[in-house]
Parts: sequence; C-alpha cells; structure tokens
Amino acid sequence: MRQLCKGNVAIVKAAIVAGCRAFYGYPITPASEIAEYAALLIPEVGGTFLQAESEVSAINMVYGASSAGMRVMTASSGPGLSLMQEGISYMAGAELPGVIVDVVRGGPGLGNIAPEQSDYFCIVKGGGHGCYRNLVLAPSSVQEMFDLTVLAFDLADRYRNPVVIMTDGYVGQMMEPLDIKLRSIEQPAKDWAVKGTAETRHNMISSIVLEPDALEAHIRHLESKYLLAQELESRHENYLTEDADVLLVGFGIVARVLRSAIDQLRAQGVKAGLFRPITLWPFPSRELCETAKNVKSVLAVELSTGMMVEDVRLALNGSVPVEYYGRVGGNVPMAEEITAQVFARMAAHV
Amino acid sequence: MEGYQVIHEKSPAFYDNYDRKAEMQHQTHYCPGCGHGIAHKLIAEALTELGLKDRAILVSPVGCSVFAYYYFDVGNVQVAHGRAPAAATALKRSNPDSIVMAYQGDGDLAAIGTAEIIHAANRGENICVFFVNNSVYGMTGGQMAPTTLVGQKSTTSPWGRRAGNEGLPLHVCELLAALETPTYIERVALTDMKNIMKAKKAVKKALQIQKDHGGFSLIELLSPCPTILKMDPVVARKWVSETLAKAFPLGVFRDRKPELPVDAIVPHLTVAEALGVEEDQSNEPVIRRHHHTRDLTVKIAGFGGQGILLMGQLLAEMGLREQMEVSWLPSYGPEMRSGSAHCHVTLSHDRIGTPLISQPEVLIAMNELSLHKFASSVASGGLVLYNGTKLPEGFSAKQARVVCVPVSEIADRLGSAKVANVVMLGALLEETECLPAETAMAVIETMVKNPKMLALDRQAIAAGCDYVDTQIEIGAVSQPDGYSY
Repeated sequence: MRQLCKGNVAIVKAAIVAGCRAFYGYPITPASEIAEYAALLIPEVGGTFLQAESEVSAINMVYGASSAGMRVMTASSGPGLSLMQEGISYMAGAELPGVIVDVVRGGPGLGNIAPEQSDYFCIVKGGGHGCYRNLVLAPSSVQEMFDLTVLAFDLADRYRNPVVIMTDGYVGQMMEPLDIKLRSIEQPAKDWAVKGTAETRHNMISSIVLEPDALEAHIRHLESKYLLAQELESRHENYLTEDADVLLVGFGIVARVLRSAIDQLRAQGVKAGLFRPITLWPFPSRELCETAKNVKSVLAVELSTGMMVEDVRLALNGSVPVEYYGRVGGNVPMAEEITAQVFARMAAHV
Repeated sequence: MEGYQVIHEKSPAFYDNYDRKAEMQHQTHYCPGCGHGIAHKLIAEALTELGLKDRAILVSPVGCSVFAYYYFDVGNVQVAHGRAPAAATALKRSNPDSIVMAYQGDGDLAAIGTAEIIHAANRGENICVFFVNNSVYGMTGGQMAPTTLVGQKSTTSPWGRRAGNEGLPLHVCELLAALETPTYIERVALTDMKNIMKAKKAVKKALQIQKDHGGFSLIELLSPCPTILKMDPVVARKWVSETLAKAFPLGVFRDRKPELPVDAIVPHLTVAEALGVEEDQSNEPVIRRHHHTRDLTVKIAGFGGQGILLMGQLLAEMGLREQMEVSWLPSYGPEMRSGSAHCHVTLSHDRIGTPLISQPEVLIAMNELSLHKFASSVASGGLVLYNGTKLPEGFSAKQARVVCVPVSEIADRLGSAKVANVVMLGALLEETECLPAETAMAVIETMVKNPKMLALDRQAIAAGCDYVDTQIEIGAVSQPDGYSY
C-alpha cells in the first residue's frame, strides 16, 4: 500500500530495507530530516545512530563501520560534502563501500539552503584527491529516493566503493506516494572486513601503497572496477524521444520540470523529448548518443552555471549542437520558462 | 626481578615475519632507539596475556606508526590523519565484542585530530587510545608538534617554539581529565625499565577496562625520537626522562568508572513497524477508486502556525487514498521562519511532471498578504478562496473567481482557531468537488487520536462545506465578483 512520504524520509526507510543498521551524520539544512529520521528509526530496528562532531568525523565513522562490514550511510549537503571529500577518497582507496547522500543546496561557501545542482563537479568528477570515482545516483521523485537508495547499497557492496545519492532540497522536501515492498536483502559476505574475530584477524583495511609499481597496480585495479561500472551500471529514462527534434537533458527536480515543459511544447506542436540521466556517474553517454541520433538540437538544463552540460558535450562529441540553460541561487525554472527558452532558441536558429 | 617474567621470544601478537613490509621483513621500519618499538611490544604482550589477540583491532594513524599493520597480527585498519578515534568509534559500535585500539602520535591526535579525540573521550567510547608523544613530527621530517616544548627547535620552529607565536605545549591528559566520561587516563614514559614496566601495566589495565566494558581509556606514552632530536638513543631517553617528563608530568589523571545518568530506553520495532507498512504484504486489499475525483493544482499560503503545510498534506493524503497521483511541495527553511508559509499540491490521474506550480488552478489565501502576493498567479478561469468576509479595499483579480470564506471566524465559533485550515479544506472540497468530504474525514481519523479534536474536525469540514453550499449558494453572503450559482 502506498504511503505519503517525504523524499528525505524515503531515503532512511530505504536504508532500513537495504539492511543498513549504521548511520553517522551531522545536521545541515536541507538534509537534516535524513539524520533526524535515522536517529528515530535506525535504533528502533536495532541499529546505531550517532551524531558526529563534524562531517569530517562522520565520514570517518562511516569508514570505520564499513571496515567492520556494516552497511552504513551518512547524509549532508554541499558544505558538509566538501568536508567529507578526504574521507571519501580514503574510502575509495581502501575499497570501502558506503552510501553518502548529498541534498544539494546553493553555494559556493555558505550560499543558501535552496535547491541547486552545483555539487555536480565535486561529486561526479570527484572532489577528493587521487584517481577514484564515486558512483552517483540522481533521483527525481520520492519513489526513486527509495529505490535508488536500495540500489546504492547494492552497488556500494558490489564495487566496494562509495556511492553518492545526489539530490536537491526539493526532491528531499517534497511528499509523494511511496510504495514500499518489504524484501529480504541478501548482503554479500564481506570476507575482507575487520570484525575483531579470529576469522577476520588477517584482514587489513588501508589506502596506503608505498611502492610506485604497487600503487600503480592498485590504481589500475580501481580503474578496472570503474570501467566495469561504466559498462554495466549507467541508467537513464527517456520521455517522448522517439520522434523528438529538440532533446532536453536534465536530472533530479529539473527533469520533472522538463517533463511538464515537454508536454507544453508538444501541445504547441514542438516535438520535444526528455533524456534524464539517473546515474550521473557513470554518465549514460552511449544511451544519450543513441537517443540524440536524430534530434536537431540538445538543450541541457541544470541548476548550475553549466556542469552536467560538459558531460553531455563529451558524450555527443559535436554530433549535434548542445546548448545550456540554467538557474542558480536556489531558483528553479518553471515549466513555462523552459518552454519559452526552447521557442527563443528555435527563433534564433531560423 | 621479583614479580616479573623474563620473555625471550617475540610476542605472538606480532607476525613471525613482516610480510606486508617490502624488504627487511625480519625487522621493523623504526629507527634505532625509537619508542614505537617498545610501545608496540607492550601492547602486543598485553593482548597476549589477556587473550585478546583474536578480538583485537588496531587502528593505525598517519605518522611513523602508519605501518603498525606490518607487525601486529590482529585486525588492522589504517585511517586518515587524526581520525582514528572516529573510525575506532564506529568499529567498536559495529562489533561490540571486538577490542579496538587507536594508536596515534602527537601530531595526529593533538593537532589535526583534536576534535575527534575530545568527542570520543566525551562519549566514553569503550576503546583504548595509545597516544605516543615524542614532541615532534617524525615521519614528515621533524616539524613542530603541538607537544613541542617552548624553545625546542624544529624545522618549522627554527628559532625554537615561541609561546607568543605558537602557544604552549598541549597537555592532552590534563585536557581530557576535565571531562566526566573517561574511565582511565595515565601518562607514562618509555625511558627506563621501571617506567617501561609502569607503562606496560597501564597499557594492560586499559585493555582490561575495555574487555570489561569499562569505557574510555587513554595512555599517553612519552617516547624518544633520537633521529629527529639528533641525539643518540641513550641521550634521547635521558632527554625524555629529564626534560619532556618535566613538561608533561607522569601520573594517573583519571581512574574511576564514570557515574552516568540512566538513559531513556529505545523502543524495539520490527522493520515493517518502522516503515509504516503491513507485516504481511501478501494479502493487502486491492483498493479501487470509489469516488469521483478531478485533477487539480492548488497553492495554499498564509501565516506560519495556520496549519498551511498540514492542510496541503491532508489534501495530498486524500488524493493518495483515492488512488490518485499526488505531490506536495513546501516552502522550507528561512522562508518558513519568516512567518509565512506556502505549499503546492498537485492531484492528478497521470504521472506528475513538475511539483512546482507556477499557475495554480486554486489559490487558498489564508491571509491578506498571501492574497496580494499570489492572486495574480492563479490560472485563467481559476479560483481563489480567501479567508475573510470581504476582499480588502481596492483588491481585484481579473482572471479568477474569488470566494470569501471567513474560516477563522467560523473556527472561532466552533471553539478553536486551530481548525480554520480544516474549515477551509471543507470549503475547497465543496467548491471544487475535487475529492469527497468523507475521504477527508477518513484521512483525519488516521491522524487525530483525540476524540474531542476529531469531533471538532468533523464539524469543521462540515462547516466549510456548509458555508459554501448554503451561504454562498443562496446568496446570503454577497461575493466580491457578484458570482451566483
């Protein structure tokens, strides 16, 4: 039976379904509800919730719990994610799974608490040091906040790597129907974990590899996992793209706005379609190329000054003109605004 | 040597051969005369004597002891600079039967990791921290540490540490002893047999406390670093004993189990209970739409405290109950703290695109400010429901029909200003016929447990419906746009 649920709360419920019994976090608007609901629910189902003294400590607690074999999560927003970058790099280097939620707010600096997508570079391109990648999922509805969180735990364990759920204040704050299907999740045996038992005594978690050849081999090993993820894990959604002349590309809350804009454009005779990346890393480049094969133009829309558009351009590699439209500062474009942008660009190209 | 045992072999808590080390696998990477070797040995022996080797997890820091995992035949976790107490906290909480030790140097613990150590100690984490204070940064080549003495030269205090520039050496034991929660804090010195035996006792006691679930222990070990101090090993030991130990007095700073207040008990829930779903999902009733419903976009605005967001949630919950697609998007954060609040609700029979409504079909303005602010955004042919008996002077909305419903007054008459939002919900349902009033009551019944409040809500819904139905319909109240049915 469906329940009305907030996006941020859906994340916590999904974590519980996924078998996460450890949450270490630090409050920040607009992500605090995740910590608040984790504080309420995770101890009630027998898990650990701890409010850390900082995001730096929180991510290192995630590192510790993950080392111990737990499915573990933290959640924050831009400034907190900046502080966590060191720990995320260590996790990737030490091949530790973990799920990190970024409810993106306006930046840089303290910025504001309204929605943006301007953490794209620091999350998708990696904000920490070294050759590593985050797997990045971008939900655009409450149901997806739930489904992608469950997926995130699976991916984190499968690739032994941090997975980031990158969302925004609107998807986090809004309420929509949520269908929770209880399921028994089979967690992989983590025979690499350090649990303080005779069986795990010989295990070691570390990201230090002193010899250049050995470190290169380690980095190549990490790279091979990322190449595999690129092969297997890219996800996207298309809406009315079959006959589209104009392809709009956007993720998260923006994709919802674009969907409405496309309905408006179609009603006015413009063949518009939506390509929505669900994984931001790996970016669904092949699928975008395939979708954009017959379109006349592409418009990337995002809540930043142009970050995702770089991946769109890299994917399409000049095969079709790519333009960018974005709003920042917490402003989210209305569907009418997008429709007007498309018409303005069509007029300019005549 | 009464009371002491002479041991000739390496502790079994060390690996026989240091396989993780690239070369010279029979010896450590530590310099001759370094205190780390002794500290390692004391820990390894204590683990063996207490039978804790299999349960032990060593969290190694950044610094010379980053490679502690070369040697200790225990579970090893190497962590970022200064973060050992944070990682150790989660390791311990994840497996409470494990014996977790954070091994940290002075730069790691007392500089970059100050926050982590204070908070781990303050939480009374059931871990042991072994804090090696040698007054310098060893691994990075002799820079100043927070424990460097005043006047002591280092590569980053070339004229000697100046109190006026870098402050005084940081006394970790004294600092942590100011907290209530730690169980055991002692400073020892790795200088001579007597002090090393004292150190051994302290290390073992700390591990015993953890074994007994006794709480947080920190042992500070003053330790020689001949290489950076540019002294031979014997002189370096003497310097620790005569100079460093003067600045950092040896002794016990805390040795008692903390007396803590009794905590609230966390209730135990099943997963289904925590998630708000049925335990057995296999025979959930198939719900069919019973009533006539219609698509609608609504913006609800007013003062904070008028139940604006709740009204929107009720509406969304009703739509959900009638098997519609719904979305509810609030204003949040500082907007809410400014005293005004609004939310957007979409009810639809199809998948909902944007939850942001630019041109709502219905605006519910619970105060005058909201009327002025949002009325012009209402879609052409739309509806404004305004909380008042008449419109403010000079206000007009050209594209939309405006209906005044004095819900605050009606609520007051019912006996509680709190139900004004429910009265308005009744008016909305009657005016738009988007959803049936009985669904509203069904939803409210699941949320309100107090029978008095429930009765009041029932009256409020009825009063809202009734006002629209009778007062407006029969023309008893003159409406601003002269609209009549």
